[in-house]
Amino acid sequence: MTALPVDAVAAVLLIPIGAAALLAVLPSYRLSARLNVLATFLTLLAALSLLAVRPAPGQFLLIDDLNVVFIVLNTLVGFTTSVFSATYIAHEIEVGRLTPASLRFYHAMYQVMMFGMNLALVSNNIGVMWVAIELATLTTVMMVGIYRTPQALEAAWKYFILGSVGIALALFGTILVYMAARPVVGEGLDGMTWTILVRNVAAFDPALLNVAFVFLLLGYGTKVGLAPLHAWLPDAHAEGPTPISAVLSGLLLNVALYALLRFKILLAAAPGVIAPGPLMVTMGLTSLIFAAFMLYRRRDIKRMFAYSSIEHMGIIAFAFGMGGPLANFAGLLHMTMHSLTKSAIFFAVGHISQIKGTQKIAEIRGLTVTHPVLGWGLVLGVMAITGMPPLGIFMSEFLVVSSTFAREPLLAIPLVLGLLVAFGALLLRLGTVAFGEPLGSTAPAEASYVPMFAHLALVFVAGIYLPGPVVVWFQHVASQLG
Amino acid sequence: MDQFAFDVAHLLAGGLVLISLTMLYQDRLSALIRVFALHAVVLALSVAWQAAIQHAPHLYITAAIALLFKAIIIPVSLLRIMKQLGVHREIDTVVGIGPTMLAGIGLIALSMVVMLRVTAESDPLAREDLAFALSVVLLGLLMMVTRRNVVSQVIGFMSLENGLILAATGAKGMPLVVEISVAFSVLIAFIVIGIFLFRIRERFDTVDVQALERLRGEDP
Repeated sequence: MTALPVDAVAAVLLIPIGAAALLAVLPSYRLSARLNVLATFLTLLAALSLLAVRPAPGQFLLIDDLNVVFIVLNTLVGFTTSVFSATYIAHEIEVGRLTPASLRFYHAMYQVMMFGMNLALVSNNIGVMWVAIELATLTTVMMVGIYRTPQALEAAWKYFILGSVGIALALFGTILVYMAARPVVGEGLDGMTWTILVRNVAAFDPALLNVAFVFLLLGYGTKVGLAPLHAWLPDAHAEGPTPISAVLSGLLLNVALYALLRFKILLAAAPGVIAPGPLMVTMGLTSLIFAAFMLYRRRDIKRMFAYSSIEHMGIIAFAFGMGGPLANFAGLLHMTMHSLTKSAIFFAVGHISQIKGTQKIAEIRGLTVTHPVLGWGLVLGVMAITGMPPLGIFMSEFLVVSSTFAREPLLAIPLVLGLLVAFGALLLRLGTVAFGEPLGSTAPAEASYVPMFAHLALVFVAGIYLPGPVVVWFQHVASQLG
Repeated sequence: MDQFAFDVAHLLAGGLVLISLTMLYQDRLSALIRVFALHAVVLALSVAWQAAIQHAPHLYITAAIALLFKAIIIPVSLLRIMKQLGVHREIDTVVGIGPTMLAGIGLIALSMVVMLRVTAESDPLAREDLAFALSVVLLGLLMMVTRRNVVSQVIGFMSLENGLILAATGAKGMPLVVEISVAFSVLIAFIVIGIFLFRIRERFDTVDVQALERLRGEDP
């Protein structure tokens, strides 16, 4: 009877891993690009079916209200990015920056990465979750270095070292959680099964949980890109292929954040532990303000939007750190909107830098004149990311700010300051890139506009009208987050 | 007997911390690699001892992997790579040896204070193992930040990973993670040696991270 829903969870995991094996042996990159799209589409369908029918939690796999949101978002952006990636790599092959052999590797890695992220999201075991995040990280490391230029290698190296340190700290935290659980739930698998942990957490040793959370926050926080552990993020975004920048910003950061949220729920259910909120608020605000000021000095367009990702992850961590139904709701909404908007921006930027043959902001001008569709797409995307009404991010940022004003007015001051500084920086750069006298190549764009505008349309619709069921859903999840 | 088991476990875990400290003041790469091999041997002994006193035979596999892979294969291949590349230089350190050692001692004290105070109610073997493991992890981190050389950063990372395995085996009955984390350390080592070192060599004729930093497209 339960065969169907169990299959849907299995499909979310098996389609990517099967596709990875297939893509690793297929020589033709055109066919692989299509298969890649098909595989991500099927995964998306499987994920959507989880909304309707939900399997009971098992020892290893778990589907609940919280992770369904993440899974659907993950597979959706994974799908649209694979569509974008198909046109993107066709151009890279033409220019000769990538060879068919490295593309085979690229497609296989793309699917392994999707597998890793989906596994991290559906796993009910904190050990398996850790392994899955490490797997996703390693595959992105390989992809960041795929161009093999000195810069790309340096970026991959930095990402690898910082990512490994982060993941090592997270493992230490995971071990500590197990140590805290062992006297209560006994040895073996139960001590790492999240549903059992959260049921019994009240009896755990609070001091041990405190230390564990600090390690988990530092460890997974590195992967979220929270300052001061963000150093890998701008390089990895700037030097890798743009589809990877899009999934890094749009998805991998979310997955790491999801892991953090799981442990936050765990701590919220335990009496006598430190509140995880203030720690997250501090790291969130630091990231927001630091990234906002760093935005002014950027010369590389992808690097600039990478800093913007740090800024937004800061806002999201801040919102979840504040806690409470309203701030959590805002955090979830902001996370969704940011994923959609930022990947749309990277789609636009990817095509733009291909046409212009450069990522330097100073060498890109007057896009709305030469490439109206791309140019205005970018303008719309940047408008959305800076939080202009009536787009979705305006609504979520407004909720974050207003709920902060209501509860901790003093915290709202640095928050608003950071938002305004970032707003100014992005608009300043947008002005030169999008308008003015055209500079650089005016070759016609061979771009796939559909993914970009599909994302922007979703963000636009969400800003004007959020459907009732979605609101109820988010409210329900927000109340669970504590 | 119980007291004896406890003492040996302590001796081995303490030995790991000591060797981690020793790694901090190695100023030649080949010496550093040999000390790391010793680190891995002591880890293997420690894991095997845990397997014996916990009656957990699967931990012997972990011990065997540590011994074979980390104590023999990795050091030998790193030494060979170094010979091929002709890197016999001394290690560039960001901070001098003296301050690094002091920082290392400080980190050990810190992890003792934190872990022993926090885990007051856990069983004594596990809690002191954890305190030692945290010291090894932090010393590995310290080594990664105070060294500029790619090889010594990798060794710092691997010693950090040894600390994690010590912690995981000390946590009695911990499922899955020991085997999987070992498999991952194998994977990581492969990636590091196979891809990065050779590609870095291809491009720069050096394994010094500072040379990489100059290539960055951004203002300093």
